[in-house]
Amino acid sequence: MRKQTGEVNFIMEGMRQRRRRWLFVTSILVIIAIGLCCAMLLLGNTIYPVNVVMRSLMGEEITGANFAINTIRLPRMITGVFAGFAFGVAGYIFQTMLRNPLANPNILGITSGSSVAAVFCIVVLHTSNTVVSIAAILGGLVTVIVMYFLSRGRSFSIGRLIIIGIGMQAMLDAVISYLILKSAQQDIAAALRWLSGSLNGSKMTEAIPLVMLVIIFTPILLVLGKQLSMLELGEQMATSLGVATDKMRVTLIISSVILIAIATATTGPIAFVSFLAGPIANRLVGVSASNILPAGLVGAILVLFADLIGQFAFEYRFPVGVITGILGAPYLIYLIIRMNRKGEL
Amino acid sequence: MIRLKNSSSNSKKKQLDIHAPKHFSLILVIGLILLLVTVFASLVLGARVVSFQELMDGLFYQNQDSYGANVVQKRISRTVFSLCCGVALGIAGVLMQSVTRNPLADPSILGVNTGASLFVIIGITFFHINTAGQYIWLALIGAAITAVFVFGIGSMGRGGATPIKLVLAGAATSAALSSLVTAIMIPSTYAMDQFRFWQVGSVGSGSWDSIAIFIPFLVTGVIIALVSAPALNALALGDDVATGLGVRPGMLRFFAICAGVVLCGVTTALAGPIGFIGLLATHAMRLVIGPDLRFLIPMSALAGAIILTFSDVVGRLIGSPGELEVGIITAFIGAPILILLAKRSKVRSL
Repeated sequence: MRKQTGEVNFIMEGMRQRRRRWLFVTSILVIIAIGLCCAMLLLGNTIYPVNVVMRSLMGEEITGANFAINTIRLPRMITGVFAGFAFGVAGYIFQTMLRNPLANPNILGITSGSSVAAVFCIVVLHTSNTVVSIAAILGGLVTVIVMYFLSRGRSFSIGRLIIIGIGMQAMLDAVISYLILKSAQQDIAAALRWLSGSLNGSKMTEAIPLVMLVIIFTPILLVLGKQLSMLELGEQMATSLGVATDKMRVTLIISSVILIAIATATTGPIAFVSFLAGPIANRLVGVSASNILPAGLVGAILVLFADLIGQFAFEYRFPVGVITGILGAPYLIYLIIRMNRKGEL
Repeated sequence: MIRLKNSSSNSKKKQLDIHAPKHFSLILVIGLILLLVTVFASLVLGARVVSFQELMDGLFYQNQDSYGANVVQKRISRTVFSLCCGVALGIAGVLMQSVTRNPLADPSILGVNTGASLFVIIGITFFHINTAGQYIWLALIGAAITAVFVFGIGSMGRGGATPIKLVLAGAATSAALSSLVTAIMIPSTYAMDQFRFWQVGSVGSGSWDSIAIFIPFLVTGVIIALVSAPALNALALGDDVATGLGVRPGMLRFFAICAGVVLCGVTTALAGPIGFIGLLATHAMRLVIGPDLRFLIPMSALAGAIILTFSDVVGRLIGSPGELEVGIITAFIGAPILILLAKRSKVRSL
C-alpha cells in the first residue's frame, strides 16, 4: 500500500517537474523571441534609439524614423514572427503525427505545392494578395490529397511516403523553375523569393491574412495537441483512449496545411524551419509534453535570427531562406546519418 | 582490367553468351525504328514544320539559301546533341543502379546534378568562366564529390545502401547544395542571369562544338560500361559470389561509378540538369529484356536517347513558338515513374 502511494507520488512529481520545465523553457523562448523582435525594429541602416522607436510605433510623426520603422521594419518583423510560428507548428504536427522527423511539409512536397500555386498567380495571372493566399492554400491541400491517395496501399510505409513526396517535389519544382525562367526580367527578383523564402519587401497588407489565420488556427491545434500526444502512442492505443483518430488526423492535417500554405504565400518557402523547429523544441522541453507552442516559438526565433544574420552579418543582404538553408541542411544530413547508424531507416 | 578471371573453356563461355533475352532482336528492331522516328520528328517538327524537300536540302547541304534547310541544319546538331545526352544519361542510370543494387538510383535523385550545378555556379561567379569546355571540368569535380558524399552517407549503418537511405541522403544533400547555390548566386546579377537559363536542363544549346567536347567523354564512359557489364552481372549476385567468380568488387564499383559520374557530370555541364532519364530508360528496358547488364546497358542507352529526344520534340511542340525545356518535360514523365516504383516495391525493401 505504502509502496503504491510512493509510486504515485513519484509519477506526480515527475509530471510536475515536466510541467515546470515546459513552463520554464516556453517562457525563455518567449523572452528570446521578444528580444529578437525588438532587435528587428531597432537595427537597420540607421539604428534608432529605443524611445524613438516607441514614439514612432505610437503614431508620433518623426521624419525618417516613421518610414523606416512603421513601413519597413514592423511588417518585416510581424511577417517573420508569424511565418516562423506557422512553419514551426505545422512542421511539428506533421513530424509528430507521422512519427518521423524527416516527414515534414518540405520533404513531402506540400510547400512546393503551395509555392507553385502562388508563383503561378503572381507571375502569370498578376492577381491580388488575397487570391495568392487562397491559391497557395488550395495548392497545399491538393498536394496533400494527391499524396494521400498515392501513398495509400496495402500497407502504409513512411519510407514510401517520403519517396513519393520527393517525386512530387521534383515535378512541382520543375514547374517553379519554368515559371521563373519565363518570367520577365523585372519580375525575377520577386520570383526568386520562391526559390528561397525571403522577408524582403514584406508589407502590412500581406501580413494581415497570415496573422489572422495563425491566430485562428493555433488555438485549434493547441486544443487538439493533447490528443496528438495520445496519437503518438500508436493508432490502437489512441483509439482505446477515446481519440477519433481519423477525424482528428484530418483536422490536424488541414489546419497545418493552411498554416504552411499561408506562410509560404507570404514569405516563400523558408527552408528547413518546419523541419528544425520540432526536433529543437523536443530536445529543449523533452518529448513527452505537447510541444506545439514551443515548436512555434522556436520557428519564429529561427526565422528572426536567420533574418538578422542575413541582413547584417555579410556585406550583401541575403534572404532569410538562404541562411536557414545553410544552417538547416547540415542538421538534416546529421539526422540522416544518425538514423542510418541506429538502423531506423 | 575488370573481367571474369574465371575464364572457363570457350564453349562454356559461348553457351553463356547466347542466352540473349527473349525477343531481344525484335525489341532491338522496334527500338531502332522508334529511334529513327524520333530523330525524323526532331528534324521536322518544332515551331516551324519543314517540308520533305526542305529536309532533304538541309540534310544533304543543297540549296543552302532556303530558310527551311537552315532550320533543319540547326535541328541536326540539336538532335545529335540530345541523342548523346540521352545515351550518357541512360548508361549513367544503369551503372548507378547496378553498382548500388538500388532501383531508385538516378543522378538527379542522388543530388549529383546539384553538385555539378554548385561547382559550375562557383565558376561563373568567382572565375567568370563562360565556355562549355571549362564548365565540364568543374561539373565533373562537383558531381564526383557529391556522389562520394551521398553514397558515403547512404551506405552507413545496417543493410548498406538501401533505396530509402540513398534517396534521403541525396535529397538532403541536394537541399544543402541548392541553398549554397542560391547564396552564391544572389549577390551577383551576372551569375543569376547566366544561371537562370542553365538551371533548367535544355538541349537547345547543343552545337557541333559542344558535341565535339562531349564525344571523348561519352566514348570513354560507354566503353567502361560495356567492358564492365559481365562483371557487374556477377556483382548482382552479391559481393561474396562475385569475389568467388574472380571479380574485385571494390575496383569494379570504383570504375563503374566513375564512368557513371563522368557521363552525367558532362551532360549536366553541357545541357544543364536533366533528371530522371536514367531511371526511366533503365526501368523500361529491364521490364522488357530482363536484368542481364550486357544487354541492358546498350538498350538503356538506346532508350535514353529515344526518351530524351522525344521529350525535346514534345517540349518544342507544347511550348511553340518558343520551347518548353526538356528538363521540365523529363521531370513530368519521370517523377510519376519514381512514385510508381515507390508504390509497387515492397515495404521492407524501402
